Amino acid sequence: MIDLLILEPALAEIFLASISLILVLIAAFIPHRRLATLIVRRTVIISLLIALWLVVYNGNQPAYAFYGQFFTSPFMVYMKILLILGAVGVLLMGRRSTREDEIERPELHILMLLAVLGMMLMVSANDLIVLYMGLELQSLPLYIIAAIRRDSMRSSEAGLKYFLLGALASGLLLYGISLIYGFTGSLSYDGIKLAVDAASISTGAVIGIVFLLCGLAFKISAAPFHMWTPDVYEGSPTLVTAFFAVVPKLAIMTLFIRFTYGVLGDVTSSWQQVVVALAALSMVVGAIGALRQTNIKRLMAYSSIAHMGYALVGLSSALAVGVSSVMVYMVIYVISSVGVFALILSLRRDGRPAERISDLAGFSTSHPMYAMALLVLMFSMAGIPPLGGFFGKWFVFSAAVEAGFVPLAVIGVLSSVVGAFYYLRIVKIMYIDGVEDKLDTAIPFSNRIIATASAGVLLLFAFVIAILRDTIVATLPFIVFVAG
Amino acid sequence: MMETSWPILTVLTFIPLVGVIFLLLIRGDEAMVKRNARDVALLVSVFTMLFAFAIAYNFDPSYRGYQFVDRGEWLADDGIGFVMGVDGISLPFVVLTALLTPLAILASWHSITTRVREYMMGFLVLESLMIGTFCALDLLVFYLFFEAVLIPMFLIIGIWGGERRVYAAFKFFLYTLAGSVLMLVAMLVMASMAGTTDIATLQQFTFIPQVQIWLFLAFFASFAVKIPMWPLHTWLPDAHVEAPTAGSMILAGILLKMGGYGFLRFSLPMFPDASLFFAPMIMGLSVIAIIYTSLVALAQQDMKKLIAYSSVAHMGFVTVGIFSINAQGISGAMFQMISHGLISAALFFAVGVVYDRLHTRDIDAYGGVVDAMPRYAVFFMIMMLGSVGLPGTSGFVGEFVVLIGVWQANPMVAILSTTGIVLGATYMLWLYRRVVFGVAEHDAVANLPPLTSREILIFAPLVILVLWYGIFPNAIFAVMDTAVAGILDRIDSAILFESLAHVNSGVDSGVNSEVNSGANLLTSIRADT
Repeated sequence: MIDLLILEPALAEIFLASISLILVLIAAFIPHRRLATLIVRRTVIISLLIALWLVVYNGNQPAYAFYGQFFTSPFMVYMKILLILGAVGVLLMGRRSTREDEIERPELHILMLLAVLGMMLMVSANDLIVLYMGLELQSLPLYIIAAIRRDSMRSSEAGLKYFLLGALASGLLLYGISLIYGFTGSLSYDGIKLAVDAASISTGAVIGIVFLLCGLAFKISAAPFHMWTPDVYEGSPTLVTAFFAVVPKLAIMTLFIRFTYGVLGDVTSSWQQVVVALAALSMVVGAIGALRQTNIKRLMAYSSIAHMGYALVGLSSALAVGVSSVMVYMVIYVISSVGVFALILSLRRDGRPAERISDLAGFSTSHPMYAMALLVLMFSMAGIPPLGGFFGKWFVFSAAVEAGFVPLAVIGVLSSVVGAFYYLRIVKIMYIDGVEDKLDTAIPFSNRIIATASAGVLLLFAFVIAILRDTIVATLPFIVFVAG
Repeated sequence: MMETSWPILTVLTFIPLVGVIFLLLIRGDEAMVKRNARDVALLVSVFTMLFAFAIAYNFDPSYRGYQFVDRGEWLADDGIGFVMGVDGISLPFVVLTALLTPLAILASWHSITTRVREYMMGFLVLESLMIGTFCALDLLVFYLFFEAVLIPMFLIIGIWGGERRVYAAFKFFLYTLAGSVLMLVAMLVMASMAGTTDIATLQQFTFIPQVQIWLFLAFFASFAVKIPMWPLHTWLPDAHVEAPTAGSMILAGILLKMGGYGFLRFSLPMFPDASLFFAPMIMGLSVIAIIYTSLVALAQQDMKKLIAYSSVAHMGFVTVGIFSINAQGISGAMFQMISHGLISAALFFAVGVVYDRLHTRDIDAYGGVVDAMPRYAVFFMIMMLGSVGLPGTSGFVGEFVVLIGVWQANPMVAILSTTGIVLGATYMLWLYRRVVFGVAEHDAVANLPPLTSREILIFAPLVILVLWYGIFPNAIFAVMDTAVAGILDRIDSAILFESLAHVNSGVDSGVNSEVNSGANLLTSIRADT
């Protein structure tokens, strides 16, 4: 019994790992593919919800497992809840599109489950090796699901591109880890935190930190490491794109926070400039890159780059308010992305998926309520008050100003004006262009619920924000826990 | 501060939103939805208007500070609270908003035939946001309302506008947004320095003059676009021309005033040193605006565009008055804003009336309207003369008092501004002659149907108010005198602080008490005279 208790903090992860192994077997032994997919998909959703319960159940106290290599605390629990909810949201909205996009395979869902497991490990990692293993456990399934439509040239290209560039980023990351290990003599977060301080941090360790941050920046698609994002988003099946846009960003943003603010909180000089540069570049590249896009998925890719830039603005302040602002921002980002993709996934014109922005013409006449939901989502993403997206921006820029980075805030707000242009363009196409031609097919039930709920939350965000912030602030002391 | 037992202003702000929920609930076939949507919107906005009148009736003009204040607990850790309240500067705008919205809804009764429900929702949301903007007493809350106004206005112009509506809507949205986001950064800087976003506290907070310069410029970027000042005015003619009639009425009547309100609520009291520093520049820009846009108006063929340019010129009087920084200038500017709100709304409606009939705004297409529509000619004439500034109309009082104030600040500016009045008379009278008088050359004009009772109902209150305030201007001045004096005291104490700090450089202690006594002295001097 004693031995099992040691594993208790990682119960959710262990549970998900076992389930995924069992599912591989089930999928292999059920000959009928559609039935197998059905069973696997449902099991994955249910087991994610069970894992959610396990996470919440175990989450009150900070606790270590595996000799300090694994650490869980209210902060991690918070991020894992978001992560699992995001993944469940994406899975729920994909029922019809898996069939129509011809990706109805059990592997898809098993791989997603494995990716989620990898992300949960990354979030809880308290050691650079565990971090790397978690990161690879999430990356490899993602490479595969990007290419899951293996008959499609674009999908295969997306997978290959993602894999090659991802491998490069992993290399950067590993190189950074080895430098950090060499110069600080420790792989565990606690050890690194104790080994570095502002006076004595060595140049080698700083180089290692920069490499590691570049690797992470690649994974989160922050400019200038964003090149893969538009192509992969466009080439992958839309459901997979939705998954990319929502879930991994959360996990990697958590890593960013834990590694910079948590581990290196005493030596902000070693990473602050890097984060400032990433943030500024991402906001500008995201805003300008999206201007000329005609494909919704490419547009969402650039939009996600910009959003990661805004979130990093909060982190760049290196203050507690900054970290809480990043978390608020990520919550809003997840809600709005899930909502937007729920609608994109269910739009069809003449029997094929609506992927061009111009396909949205007439949406406001064929689906007035959902057009209104998309309108709310777009204005929220543009950061127009009183919608949710505005509060995200208010808090990240507030943190930046608090830290004295007024020029960064100015760059940010100006690029949000540029960004507003392309969100407005979508609104314009929905409400002004081609009001007569209607889109076909009804929106699936689960997608309706998701889209309505996310638009509703963003619309009434002013009532939620105070509670949300209080909850988040309460988790902040637990980012890195050094005993004694 | 005078607090109330229940959140009266919050209720006022959200009444129109309740109407939006009603609109969403309407069921039935298309014709029924349209009819009910119009009725509900009108009913709700009239109710809001009566509510606002009741608040105005209970307003105490002699009380110094904010009234009907209600404080909601909201994001207290960040120094933010949901605070609402009005004083003599915001109350007139609240009432003006509540008055113009039902008129605007009436004005679109028959001219809007597609997506009526969404249109009415847009207007009610707009009304709620505008009232909220004027009532907000917290930076974040103010910004929420101020910026959110863009959403319904963008949709109103973009969906129900004219041919080039997409261009106009985007230009309006992006121009205004670009100005506002800089203000947002300035607000964050202020919140970070003062540790609070409470407007009443910030109005007493002293920012370092060097910082004030930047903060002032950021706020200026927002308000100068909104009001709009030359050379940032180019969005306005486009937006006005393409917007539906009711959209133009609200745009000219209320939205532009948000800029002037912002100067009075934020720029002058919070950045007094910077205001003094930049006053000459702003007066210069305003004079250019007055003369240049008047000349541009003279050359217009499109009636709406002409009135739009005249709005820019009239707003030039507002800014020149505000930044003459004396009692007459500021009161005159306030008065001018209210008066222009009434007059421009009526003028845009006057254009809308004939546009609904002939579907053109080209001045040459008209001529001789007086024969077919004599009553219309009378209403149009009163409003045109109000715009020109004929004594007896409210337009005269506003411009005249502004000029008195400006003369004290800088006689040269006053003289140059006066040329704007002359030019204003030229383009307005010329417009009137070309549209209303002459012989009807086109058959369509000769056969114009006369004003309907609905249209008379819209004109009547505006005409009555323009004449009433022209004859009895104290109805407005009395409301805002105390608030204007408050702004001036704040600036006087800043001047005093500067000079004392100069004299006592090195002697920090005692400065504050001397400043206070000096400010009191100034106040008492002002009270005596």
